Amino acid sequence: MNRAHTWLITLAVGVCGFAAHAAVVSAPIAGGRFESVLPPAPTVKTTVVAPFGLDAALVSNADFAEFVRKHPEWRRDRVAGLFADEGYLRHWASAAQPGPQIARQPVTQVSWFAASAYCEARGARLPRWYEWEFAAAASATQPDARDDPAWRQQILDWYSKSARGALPAAGASPANYFGIRDLHGVVWEWVEDAGSMLVSDDSREQGDPNRNRFCGSGALSLEQKDNYAMMMRIAMLSSMKASYSSSSMGFRCASDAGAGK
Amino acid sequence: MMKNTIAMLMAATLLLSACGSTDSPDSSGQEVSHHPVGPTGGSMKGDLGPPQGDPVNAVLTSPPLVPPATNRKQPAKVIVELEVIEVDKPIADGVTYTFWTFGGTVPGSFIRVRQGDTVEFHLKNHPGSKMPHNIDLHGVTGPGGGAASSFTAPGHASQFTFKALNQGLYVYHCATAPVGMHVANGMYGLILVEPPEGLPPVDQEFYVMQGDFYTVGKYREKGHQAFDMQKAIDENATYVLFNGAESALTGPQALKAKTGQHIRMFIGNGGPNLVSSFHVIGEIFDKVQYEGGTHFQENVQTTLIPAGGAATVEFHTEVPGNYVLVDHSIFRAFNKGAVAILEVSGEARADIYSGKQGDEVYLSDKLSNPAAVETAALASASGTLTKEQQVKAGEVLFKGTCSACHQDTGAGIPSVFPPLAKSDYLLADHKRAIGIVLNGLTGPVTVNGANYNSVMPPMSQLNDDEVANILTFALNSWGNNGGAVTAKEVAQVRATTKRAEGAAH
Repeated sequence: MNRAHTWLITLAVGVCGFAAHAAVVSAPIAGGRFESVLPPAPTVKTTVVAPFGLDAALVSNADFAEFVRKHPEWRRDRVAGLFADEGYLRHWASAAQPGPQIARQPVTQVSWFAASAYCEARGARLPRWYEWEFAAAASATQPDARDDPAWRQQILDWYSKSARGALPAAGASPANYFGIRDLHGVVWEWVEDAGSMLVSDDSREQGDPNRNRFCGSGALSLEQKDNYAMMMRIAMLSSMKASYSSSSMGFRCASDAGAGK
Repeated sequence: MMKNTIAMLMAATLLLSACGSTDSPDSSGQEVSHHPVGPTGGSMKGDLGPPQGDPVNAVLTSPPLVPPATNRKQPAKVIVELEVIEVDKPIADGVTYTFWTFGGTVPGSFIRVRQGDTVEFHLKNHPGSKMPHNIDLHGVTGPGGGAASSFTAPGHASQFTFKALNQGLYVYHCATAPVGMHVANGMYGLILVEPPEGLPPVDQEFYVMQGDFYTVGKYREKGHQAFDMQKAIDENATYVLFNGAESALTGPQALKAKTGQHIRMFIGNGGPNLVSSFHVIGEIFDKVQYEGGTHFQENVQTTLIPAGGAATVEFHTEVPGNYVLVDHSIFRAFNKGAVAILEVSGEARADIYSGKQGDEVYLSDKLSNPAAVETAALASASGTLTKEQQVKAGEVLFKGTCSACHQDTGAGIPSVFPPLAKSDYLLADHKRAIGIVLNGLTGPVTVNGANYNSVMPPMSQLNDDEVANILTFALNSWGNNGGAVTAKEVAQVRATTKRAEGAAH
């Protein structure tokens, strides 16, 4: 399904180049063996994350406005209904401009299609879940802080606040061990393989013999059941279809090591 | 009211007789059960055919209100539209919490349908929500209770349809991962599936639901409080509340009724963890449909409501005053907020409950001779205290303070409270004895060859004179070998031993 999406986007975006925004800073991450909350297979508990680059900050409304200017087919008044629901960029002041108040805030209300197109225009792509999770496992001082109760509680504290207040500026939160900002406590983030994260809609079904009704990697149940912070992120991603948008769903781009951008 | 009741009862009796019920109004004309004595047949008897007439929009109410009876005689298509909203609201005075709600309240909106109804359910997740949500209704027959069919991203709406096959009172709740956290944040409510003949009419119906909450800050710690995952896993609740806030049903928000009313309460327990010992102080439930089922128990003081369960309780108000709803796992009521008030107004009924009829001085015979204590205290102050005075004062104090456990004979109670009479443990070490009276004693001791393992609290209320007198009495009674303890010795021990923190008799 993802491959088909990518192909459609390539058509939609065309071959026109999109100059990287001057402010984009991509941090190199070495990767390595990693124990995900979503193991690759029931008997395989770890995965290997290849070296990759990840944007240090979330994509802002201003960044996205620049993309929309060059690719007007992604304006909210022109976007194909297949690629974005009615909430797409609805919070912007106009079809072309977010307005000064929110220019520096992370862009939200974007569909997976739009986020993918943005990254592709930059010669990049959305991060894959394992890459995102690898980078997001870090605290300010440790590459993998997931067993630190204080770190977990700090993430949960974000869930304990309603989504009503204004978002902070993109890149405003402190950098983690890898130099990446905004991974927690700001917005949810699209990942490239969001569409294949078919964890069961009813989280209590884990171990149910029927779980094989979901294809491929979606048949997996969650590991690390006390890692509520990650569980909720996966629940959110699995509730979203690729055309959906949400006031708390943003994104950043990634690239293979050496690919730059 | 009574006329109405009888008319309804007769109508119901007609209906019931068709079902082969043996219920009928009793000769006194008092309310009798509407419910069949035998089994209802469950879901196999619950399909009452296709929906008839125009679709009906369900009336949803916020707690503590209950929607009116459906008053329908045939199955209908009922449309329920429930919105999920994440809101910041007070959980206690000066304390706010981000609740995730069905309909903006904790518990969520009350849903009332009739057995056999076809329910078209619309779950709308507000665009401002941070989380995806869904709903599992315990009144649904089908996998997940609707959970998978209603999984809804923020800013979206889902629809599914079920037939309400089983009558009863059912909990609904969110089942999105992590389920416990969604429930702990207030995502639960009740759906009543009326029996085909409806429920007997009452004067008032209320909707109350208990839930436990877990905050990073302590109970009543001011400010906005975040969910504490570890406390939730440990089942160590910070708050146990009725209707989602400490003041939800107290003060101006108290439930209100009059004397002479039939009250029905639909009581649910959302959990996520704790089972409720539901009790109304000063009332007795005439009827409890325990676990929300069909059959009932009568004359119940306290009823157990499981997490994810419910009960329908009914009682009749006779005497005016405040009736307090509590979880009788009672520290939850006094230290975690599990209190609600039902204010009953009306004429006093002294024939049923008099109120306070007198207050006079009462002297226990155990402290019948305070004069001896007084004499000894004066003598001690003037430096003329004799051992005989000490023993006399000590005897009085012993009877008031020690004899409940160690007995008037000093023999104690075998294997529970050690003896003082001819006690090797007492006689061996006076200083140790002083320390025990002052600071208490917990744990195993061997006295006269027998083992004891219990708890004696510190006797913090006794002054040095009194401790000295009690011990002198004990050393000179029941065949013990004499000796005396002075107030000075007690003062020394008091000064050199550390008191248990917060210890009090």
